Amino acid sequence: MARNNDIKYLSSTRIENRQKKYSRFEKLGIKYIDYKDPEFLKKFLNEQGKILPRRITGTSLKYQRKLGHAIKKARQMAILPYVTDLLK
Amino acid sequence: MATNIQNYELMVIFTPILSEEDFKAAQKKFTSIITENGGELVHENPWGLRSLAYPIEKKTTGLYTVIEYKAPTDVNSKVEIQLNRDENVMRFLLTKLDKFAVEYNTRKRNK
Repeated sequence: MARNNDIKYLSSTRIENRQKKYSRFEKLGIKYIDYKDPEFLKKFLNEQGKILPRRITGTSLKYQRKLGHAIKKARQMAILPYVTDLLK
Repeated sequence: MATNIQNYELMVIFTPILSEEDFKAAQKKFTSIITENGGELVHENPWGLRSLAYPIEKKTTGLYTVIEYKAPTDVNSKVEIQLNRDENVMRFLLTKLDKFAVEYNTRKRNK
């Protein structure tokens, strides 16, 4: 009967424990997302200027909706572009 | 009816061809509309000339101004009529401020 240490696994058994994502708004206690400062909003946009999904940024649903509203207002007032390349 | 006082924030983009005093006159026009109809100006913050993220009406720059005010609910329709009628205004955004927004703005100003 193959003993435990005889078994050779194809991949390493130690699955890299990635750091638990947290909603930065709750951690920093930010209650209102201002649509007027593009620098803060750019953290949540990818290169094309699209909004990053929650699974990547780790924000909670409530703040993701507020974030979406703020970004769309900023796009409406030409503070943020609708689509671009190399935004950063 | 009890006109409850709400906090609003108005951001307006004027055409860049306006000169300095035209820009002030245009701002004064809207602030006077608000104060005449019982609104009360909290803060006025002209950003001045700023480049747009994408061209609006074939122009790549615009004169931004942000006006924060307290007003009863029926004032906004009057302001909007004037904004739509004025041809110097390229685009405007009228938002209602909740208590977090008001607290954020005051904290940002006092800092």
